[in-house]
Amino acid sequence: MSAVGFAIMFWLGAWALNTWLANSRWRGTRTVRIFVPALFGIALLVVWEDSVRGFDVSPVILPAPSVVAQTFVASLDILWIDFVQTVIKGAISGFAIGVTAGILCAIAIDRSGFLTQGLLPIGNFFAALPIVGVAPIMVNWFGFDWHSKAAVVVVMVFFPILVNTVAGLRAADALQRDLMRTYAAGYLQTLFKLRLPAAMPFIFNGLKIVTTLALIGAIVAEYFGSPTRGMGFRISTGVGSLSIDLVWAEIAVAALAGTAFYGLVALLEKRVTFWHPSQRQ
Amino acid sequence: MTKAVPAWVRSLIPILSVLMVLLAIWYVAVAPMNIRVALDQAERAGEVVVPEGSVVRRDISVWRLMLDNPGVISGGYDLDRPRLPTPAQVGQELWKTTGEMAMKGRAWSKRSLIYHAWITLQSTLWGFALGTSLGIIGAIAIVYSRVADMSLMPWAIISQTIPIVALAPMIIVLSSQMGIDSRGVPKAIISAYLCYFPVLVGMVKGLRAPDISQLDLLKTYDATGLQSFLKLRLPASLPYLFTSLKVGIAAALVGTIVGELPTGAISGLGARILIGDQFGTPLAIWAALFMAAILAGLLVSLLDGLQRFAARRMGLKT
Repeated sequence: MSAVGFAIMFWLGAWALNTWLANSRWRGTRTVRIFVPALFGIALLVVWEDSVRGFDVSPVILPAPSVVAQTFVASLDILWIDFVQTVIKGAISGFAIGVTAGILCAIAIDRSGFLTQGLLPIGNFFAALPIVGVAPIMVNWFGFDWHSKAAVVVVMVFFPILVNTVAGLRAADALQRDLMRTYAAGYLQTLFKLRLPAAMPFIFNGLKIVTTLALIGAIVAEYFGSPTRGMGFRISTGVGSLSIDLVWAEIAVAALAGTAFYGLVALLEKRVTFWHPSQRQ
Repeated sequence: MTKAVPAWVRSLIPILSVLMVLLAIWYVAVAPMNIRVALDQAERAGEVVVPEGSVVRRDISVWRLMLDNPGVISGGYDLDRPRLPTPAQVGQELWKTTGEMAMKGRAWSKRSLIYHAWITLQSTLWGFALGTSLGIIGAIAIVYSRVADMSLMPWAIISQTIPIVALAPMIIVLSSQMGIDSRGVPKAIISAYLCYFPVLVGMVKGLRAPDISQLDLLKTYDATGLQSFLKLRLPASLPYLFTSLKVGIAAALVGTIVGELPTGAISGLGARILIGDQFGTPLAIWAALFMAAILAGLLVSLLDGLQRFAARRMGLKT
């Protein structure tokens, strides 16, 4: 039980330190802004580790983080194969296709007010639907390999991007468009120099929503049939064969991949939309 | 003439025409999607089809097959196990498993989609309630405590970049090990996980919406913290709350269905999709998908109505 006692002490100590830091005069500095949430995360891990040890939880139910870390390091090769299969082949390729298709479609329907009025509510409706359900249909159409996973991702990604891009293309106001007209700019020039850049904050908003959806789609589709690799495959077989530590290692990979993917998009957003008020310091 | 037509009718015209076009594309797409299955079936029934044997046909494009066997195309519109069912087939299946069964008084039979939609709806609402409460409590903590803001907010964002489906089987194993037999609990946890974030973000924005001068005014009235929360911050956050509730309920439904898919659940719309996949009955999958879409539509429009009602009661313009 002393482990649990230590966990509680550590938690209280970390919280006290965080409280002090958050109210100290260094609270605005970058170091503190990273240190405080990091300490919170470490405290959570310590509580997890010590509760598993203290209450003697069977590793079949919940392995300690240290055990998961050991498994992670020991099975790097398997994790890498699964990562390539699910994230790179399934999620990223589907993401690229879906995003491209969504943006192109939005530009196309934006030319017609009638189409925009018709498609926007429908697109909004589709964006709220549980589209993951099409996973078995896509596996049926495109086979077990990564193509079906990419197809699910394309369908999931398409509508949020479409809706956000259409909204973004309307963001440039009449005054700015008139200015372009006085420059005698054509449709394409206006599109590339004014309207697409003005739409970027909206497009990135959609991209950020969609990064997680892409991973969810790729993993769920693997539950419906996959070659003998992939994160979804490993998780569903791992649960069945009680190798829970490997499942948690896969979850860690999924978490890292998801966070990195999101971070990449956020970084790109900062670069592309540096002019937007929300990005200014 | 056009002035006599109310605005909402005029806004329906483009939506309906786009829907018609989408339906037409769907109908046309059925022919190439189903031609192979139709040819296999026709061949088994003894008809003469141009390249014989489905193995030979695998290498020939669907367009070529349709040109060579124009008589079989119509067969693709009436298959028991189509690759792509027609809208009419999906509609029939949907009616057969909802309206028709309800009229026979068997709405709660295990084969009725109403029963499965009800199971899914229950978990969704539990998850929604749990997620919304967590989101609101978290938002209050973040708005009132700087340390909570600094420690919780980054993790809330990170939590949404973790694909929850990876955790779904684990949540089910864990809750069954902890002696929770009900399958509803893990589903509700997953849907709460997806649903709390939009509520949290929306509420943080909403609770911070009153500006300094309004907060100062309440201070001059000698209002307590609780009073300024109840009379200023909470009402100011309501529009934000409803907007994020609409996102949240859709996310909660996605969460429930995701929770039903990989877990071997036996009831619920996600389970219907899973069972339809295992037994090779695509019509059941499509009907369950459409039922889920209808459910999502109903839930979101319900909240939309509530939002309008609340806004009117509070004297806000919609």
